[in-house]
Amino acid sequence: MKRKLIGALVGAAVVSLAAGQAFAQKGAAKLSGDMVKIGVLTDMSGVYSDLGGQGSVTAAQMAIDDFKAQAKPSWKIELVYADHQNKADVGSNKAREWYDTQGVDMITDALNSAVALAVSKVTLEKKRILLDTGAASTRLTNEDCSPNTVHYVYDTYALANGPGKAVTKQGKDSWYFLTADYAFGHSLEKDTMDAVKANGGKVIGAVRHPLNASDFSSFLLQAQASKAKVVGLANAGGDTINSIKAANEFGLTKTQTIVGLLTTIIDIHALGLPTTQGMMFTEGFYWNLNNETREWSRKFFGKHKKMPSMLHAGTYSAVMTYLKAVQATGTDEADAVMKHLKATTINDMFAKGGKIREDGRMVHDMYLVEVKKPAESKEPWDYYNIKAVIPGSEAFQPMSLSRCPLVKK
Amino acid sequence: MTEIFGIPIQAFMGQLMLGLVNGSFYAMLSLGLAVIFGMLNIINFAHGALYMAGAMLAWMGLNYFGIGYWWSLLLAPLGVGVIGIFIERSMLQWLYKLDHLYGLLLTFGLALILEGLFRDLYGVSGLPYSIPEEFAGAYNLGFMFLPKYRAWVILASLLVCFATWFVIEKTRLGAYLRAATENPKLTQAFGINVPLMVMLTYGFGVALAGFAGVLAAPAMQISPLMGSNLIIVVFAVVVIGGMGSILGSIVTGLGLGVIEGLTKVFYPEASSTVVFIIMAIVLLVRPAGLFGREK
Amino acid sequence: MNRQLIGYGILLALMLAAPAVLYPVLVMKILCFALFACAFNLLIGFTGLLSFGHAVFLGTAGYVAGHSIKVWGFPPELGLIAAALAAAALGWVIGSLAIRRSGIYFAMITLALAQMMYFFFLQAPFTGGEDGLQDVPRGKLLGFIDLADDYNLYYFVLAVFVFAFWLIHRTIHSPFGQVLKAIRENEARAISLGYDVAKYKLLAFVLSAGLAGLAGATKTLVFRFATLTDAHWHTSGEVVLMTLLGGMGTVFGPVVGAATIVTLQNELADKVGSLVTVIMGAIFVVCVLAFRRGIVGELGALYKKMLGGKG
Repeated sequence: MKRKLIGALVGAAVVSLAAGQAFAQKGAAKLSGDMVKIGVLTDMSGVYSDLGGQGSVTAAQMAIDDFKAQAKPSWKIELVYADHQNKADVGSNKAREWYDTQGVDMITDALNSAVALAVSKVTLEKKRILLDTGAASTRLTNEDCSPNTVHYVYDTYALANGPGKAVTKQGKDSWYFLTADYAFGHSLEKDTMDAVKANGGKVIGAVRHPLNASDFSSFLLQAQASKAKVVGLANAGGDTINSIKAANEFGLTKTQTIVGLLTTIIDIHALGLPTTQGMMFTEGFYWNLNNETREWSRKFFGKHKKMPSMLHAGTYSAVMTYLKAVQATGTDEADAVMKHLKATTINDMFAKGGKIREDGRMVHDMYLVEVKKPAESKEPWDYYNIKAVIPGSEAFQPMSLSRCPLVKK
Repeated sequence: MTEIFGIPIQAFMGQLMLGLVNGSFYAMLSLGLAVIFGMLNIINFAHGALYMAGAMLAWMGLNYFGIGYWWSLLLAPLGVGVIGIFIERSMLQWLYKLDHLYGLLLTFGLALILEGLFRDLYGVSGLPYSIPEEFAGAYNLGFMFLPKYRAWVILASLLVCFATWFVIEKTRLGAYLRAATENPKLTQAFGINVPLMVMLTYGFGVALAGFAGVLAAPAMQISPLMGSNLIIVVFAVVVIGGMGSILGSIVTGLGLGVIEGLTKVFYPEASSTVVFIIMAIVLLVRPAGLFGREK
Repeated sequence: MNRQLIGYGILLALMLAAPAVLYPVLVMKILCFALFACAFNLLIGFTGLLSFGHAVFLGTAGYVAGHSIKVWGFPPELGLIAAALAAAALGWVIGSLAIRRSGIYFAMITLALAQMMYFFFLQAPFTGGEDGLQDVPRGKLLGFIDLADDYNLYYFVLAVFVFAFWLIHRTIHSPFGQVLKAIRENEARAISLGYDVAKYKLLAFVLSAGLAGLAGATKTLVFRFATLTDAHWHTSGEVVLMTLLGGMGTVFGPVVGAATIVTLQNELADKVGSLVTVIMGAIFVVCVLAFRRGIVGELGALYKKMLGGKG
């Protein structure tokens, strides 16, 4: 009896090993690829869903459609998307599954820095590509940089420097931070602190709040107690909107200046000009910059019913750039495509003369904007005065400061 | 004097006030849990979800039917009460003869259903509900900045808690209720319809949660997750207070809210755990809870 | 007895062959949750204690395993052992507090203490908070088997599972297990027979916590990730559901329950989004109202009935 049992077990083991081999080979054959599969991994239902979410899926689809119309590729292009719920483990597991079982070649959006860092690691392990258009943390191109990851749209360094300099120079030189308690908030807080100090200001302290907090009043009372002249909001999306509302309710706005460090046009639209007029921050894209941006944005508006955030515009640009690189190299093998990407100059409605650096940073111009007064706004979504164009070389952290091990000094 | 222990008095009083607001919610919810437990011997895990449903109903009423805050304050708890009665009649009543744990499991399942439904409908980022015009703005008391609406929340919940206490302890209806809790069979024999009372008790208990939900709506983001985050703290409150006494639930709820608020002033890192730490200490010293008796 | 052995043999053979047809990572996830549910069942099914905060042991062990392997450079096998011991130690602390009350209070206390630990993990620096403890290396088992390969890891996880399952099986059928059952059936009577009930309960709790920890540590190895999700009350609820659906107090129930729930979540997540939660809740309600014996329990009852019909 027992012998039979052992025989059966050994048999099963042999079968499974053989099948495992076959499975592995099937996986290898796919890589040559007559199909390119792109995954949009984003927040579909949470605090950041308006920044990325369905809009990013729409933007990626637009890029695929436009590419097909222009280049008429012989291969198929497929788009998949999933909701990572702002949880790093959900995002990382999804990416792993996509790479292992679905043959996804490239993941984009990946907003939420915690998710992005996790997905970047899986991407490197599985030798695919991550074009991150959503996350902000500078860790993606520093301590945690990867040869397979591109940080495409913006980062906390770029966000911090515009307002960090401009506001401190106005004499508002003592800062207190209200920070989302995860990778993104920590990065944004640190980079802004550096910028404030570099411009002669001082940092009084910080309070951390959980992502998607339901009530900001007690945090704002702590900020009030600090007596700092400026309260820097190192958070984003719904959290920023709610912080600003609570600041109004508790009268902080009368004595202190509130600076939303990652504010986008979506937040301004939600809060309205009367509440937000005069706010200053850094943006990576504005629909009303020139004819090219207007034309693309109106097309996007037709599908999404909202003007694009910089994440949406960036996702379109990233997908388009990626598809062009696949066509040029004739493969979807990650190393070859990455090599081509890093040699490309990106010129489209999102970036002019954009370059991808060794550390994965895509360098392009950023904009310091000021929110218009209600009277100045001529049409819906006409919200910004462009105060300055920050050239890419100044907007992003210089390579000399890089902490990325890939960068040879 | 503008500072207490180095903390500006404005911030100190502000946190104290927020603590009282949270304490009011703890009090109302633990009161409802205690009333239900007394009558049905069930710990209602769905209590948090029904609190959330109260807030959601208020939001839906405003956005789909133009029902304002004041009507919502009446209608939403009624709606939640009706949901409760439906739950009691269709499901809970079959469990009374079984181990009490099944009641907990069933209501946990119901909590998941409610949470998931609203999550599917509205996402998790939270819906805004504006403060009613009467309570917009704040009183500047000199030593503190008191938003009018928060003051109203404290006042309203104290009123409701007191009214509940009065009805149960001082009226004839309350006497029947207490009798049915002590000995349902005997009470039934006196010609009192005990199943009806059970049903109404459950409906009333969850209506309290619904009322708390409407009160919470303008003060914080209405989110499908707002109830589940709260209910676990309320469980700790209930363990600390013991479920024996109505007044005990109210006092414990308010007291813990204040303690939590003060923790935010002096040691913010511990503010989310302080209630649980107190629970652990109470369990060591007085396992039956501050106001409880061992059954 | 012989028939039982054959049954186990067939099951084992199927599990050995599983990664040939199924996605190994998914099967490993199922095994981790099955182990977790079995550990939980030791309490609810065989001791009658409903711990509503069992995820805390899964989560704690995940962090300990992740930290010891990633930061201290522990080999994977040592990491798992350290994690299981840590979870057992935490089980001793939480168990000592919780067994001071019984029934519903026990459930609420375990839930509350688990929530406290959740907040602690949220703030503690070594867990990475919301970011999670990322990029935990899988390492080399015993110094030479490379676990980075999904197939190698699969057979390792299977071995861990089989060992733990055997341990639980032995415990249930030992004199110790018999006393636990006596406590479940009638606590007062067990006391009157002279058993130190509190001690037995605590021991069962510690054992269950340690095994749940083993599951959590293994899961960290599989996903290379230790996360707050594992310590969240939602996960505590999930393990209750798995056990309830599969059959409380049956040997195989939790395994069947875990496999069903994990597969269901995996299949449905992209199709129905957050409605998954609704479906889980609905399964809960149906199980409590009409299906309290669970899948395995009902099948067992059916089998007995058929035998009874024949004889």
